[in-house]
Amino acid sequence: MSNNEIKSVTATCISLLLDDIDTDRIIPARFLRCVTFDGLGEHAFEDDRQQDPSHPFNQPQFQGAGILAAGRNFGCGSSREHAPQSLMRWGIKAIIAESFAEIFFGNCGSLGIPAVKASRADLEKLAAAIQKNPKLEITVDLQKLTVTAGDVAFPVTMPNSARDALATGQWDYLGRLLIAADQVTEHAKTVPYLSGFRA
Amino acid sequence: MSDKRNLFNKVWDLHTVQTLPGGQTQLFIGLHLIHEVTSPQAFEILRDRKLKVAFPERTIATVDHIVPTGSQARPFLDDLAEQMMSAIEKNCADFGVTLLDLKDDRQGIVHVVGPEQGLTQPGMTIVCGDSHTSTHGAFGSIAIGIGTSNVAEVLATQTMFLNRPKVRQIVVNGKLAPGVYAKDVILYIIQKLGVQGGVGYAYEFAGSTFDVMTIEERMTVCNMSIEGGARCGYINPDQTTVDYLKGRPFSPKGAEFDRAAVWWLSLASGDDAHFDDVVEFNAADIEPTVTWGITPAQSVGVGQPLPRICEVAPEEQTLIREALKFMGLEEGQPIKGTKIDVAFIGSCTNSRMSDLREAARIVEGHKVASHVKAIVVPGSQLVRKQAMAEGLHLIFEAAGFEWRAAGCSMCLAMNPDKLQGREVCASSSNRNFKGRQGSPTGRTLLMSPAMVAAAAIEGHVADIREFAGAAV
Repeated sequence: MSNNEIKSVTATCISLLLDDIDTDRIIPARFLRCVTFDGLGEHAFEDDRQQDPSHPFNQPQFQGAGILAAGRNFGCGSSREHAPQSLMRWGIKAIIAESFAEIFFGNCGSLGIPAVKASRADLEKLAAAIQKNPKLEITVDLQKLTVTAGDVAFPVTMPNSARDALATGQWDYLGRLLIAADQVTEHAKTVPYLSGFRA
Repeated sequence: MSDKRNLFNKVWDLHTVQTLPGGQTQLFIGLHLIHEVTSPQAFEILRDRKLKVAFPERTIATVDHIVPTGSQARPFLDDLAEQMMSAIEKNCADFGVTLLDLKDDRQGIVHVVGPEQGLTQPGMTIVCGDSHTSTHGAFGSIAIGIGTSNVAEVLATQTMFLNRPKVRQIVVNGKLAPGVYAKDVILYIIQKLGVQGGVGYAYEFAGSTFDVMTIEERMTVCNMSIEGGARCGYINPDQTTVDYLKGRPFSPKGAEFDRAAVWWLSLASGDDAHFDDVVEFNAADIEPTVTWGITPAQSVGVGQPLPRICEVAPEEQTLIREALKFMGLEEGQPIKGTKIDVAFIGSCTNSRMSDLREAARIVEGHKVASHVKAIVVPGSQLVRKQAMAEGLHLIFEAAGFEWRAAGCSMCLAMNPDKLQGREVCASSSNRNFKGRQGSPTGRTLLMSPAMVAAAAIEGHVADIREFAGAAV
């Protein structure tokens, strides 16, 4: 089974250039009391939004944004896939950040959300451009590894394995892992603790 | 020729099924731990795709996050919690996975249960849909937290794709001063290296300070690797590790145990092992440490003042301002004396026997300050039972602590245990994120269980080294 090829994302952008935004802030734990991911979108950044009426996710001009610009170590903290799920269900299709926490980055890949890194200076330029014009269309191009936003253009980075998986529609990791089922069965026999420590 | 690979790379190589052209490894997973929060959607993926669990005997389930620590009568008062409990019961029954549920006295926080049962062993690859899976690295395993899609992958294939991280050795040498605990060591390391310092790395904790730690102390250290950005942390197996595992229910038995011990010890990084980076600290520089902010790196020694904004790097100033405002603290003020409302002893970081014994020793003969609500939540039913056999619950209750049933409780407040409003909690848990303990405006001060105990008695942050009767 293969997925959609994701070679680029074009959408309007919302910026939240704060550092160390953790997954508890993206989706507070009480919303993890669920057995499906449905309905998480409306609770993205719920507590931050309640406490700060000027939070970007509260502002009408950014409703409908599909690209999130974020700061350093975005998505740190827990492994909850509920975090990128809530952003995706809010409408986010790609994230550009100064850096990502690793589990969050991996979870984005599983969901087909490109997560690319850019310099702080470029992110600030981008934020300024969308502040001036919230309707500005941004393109994250995974093949050229660039972001363009009107007159602003800058390079981004992403590990090849994650980029190739998205660009070739091979981000159904489960499907790819299943192909090697026989090899896995054979490999298990070589693991010492599965063979009485005789292997 | 000696093997210059560090433990991490030896274990990684042993579990490599294949390496993809893009560099990703398909890694065989030796032990998969699951719980009620991050597994239901994964089982749905298996149902949708008509897949079975590939190695059901390599997966163990328990319930911890949503478990009430007061009345556990079913159905739970919280409908959503009840739904999640029913889901894991059905999923484990349908897919042939062993579930340690509330009726099973082996139930508890997944990262307490795995080691306690001897499921966690050196040289394994261990995953769980929970970031604090890094705890299990205390045995010399590769233990990492994963998302729900990965949980489905591991259920269906017993493997997942990962990029091999670099390995940083963090060396701490020397004897810890009285009143300084494993919790302080890891808070100090995170304070020095930052919450994203470990991104892209596995941490090997080495040096004489860790050599003399018990397994429970090593778990506290490895548990918080993720708070330093490292997806996993580990300590090389030694005789302490072997001794801990002897006689546990899932440990190898008899001659097999002897063979296992030889193999486990052979995995340790040699003196000439290669590391991508090495960082060194001195145990003597570590004080009892308390977080004052909204990330686990925002901490100070209990005797130190909070940082001044002008003294920190410009790129850190925004976050420091945000943290001070949220916490209601002033730059440069002492942390000692900060009034608390709640004291929480528990969580996968600090809810084991040694934590409870030490906290009980501190509170014995004292009373919790009248304005403080104090609770103790043991990490597992077996910890609870053992503590009660030793009479610790009587000491806690006499001091005014509530003695609860096992679970994650107020570490992340998915059950009824929550802060109210802007309450300040002295907590032995691992995260001081905004809203972490159940109230969006609630505030968390992370510290060792002994420091929580002292704060509960004094009613404010206290220095355990000065606490009357602590005799540390």
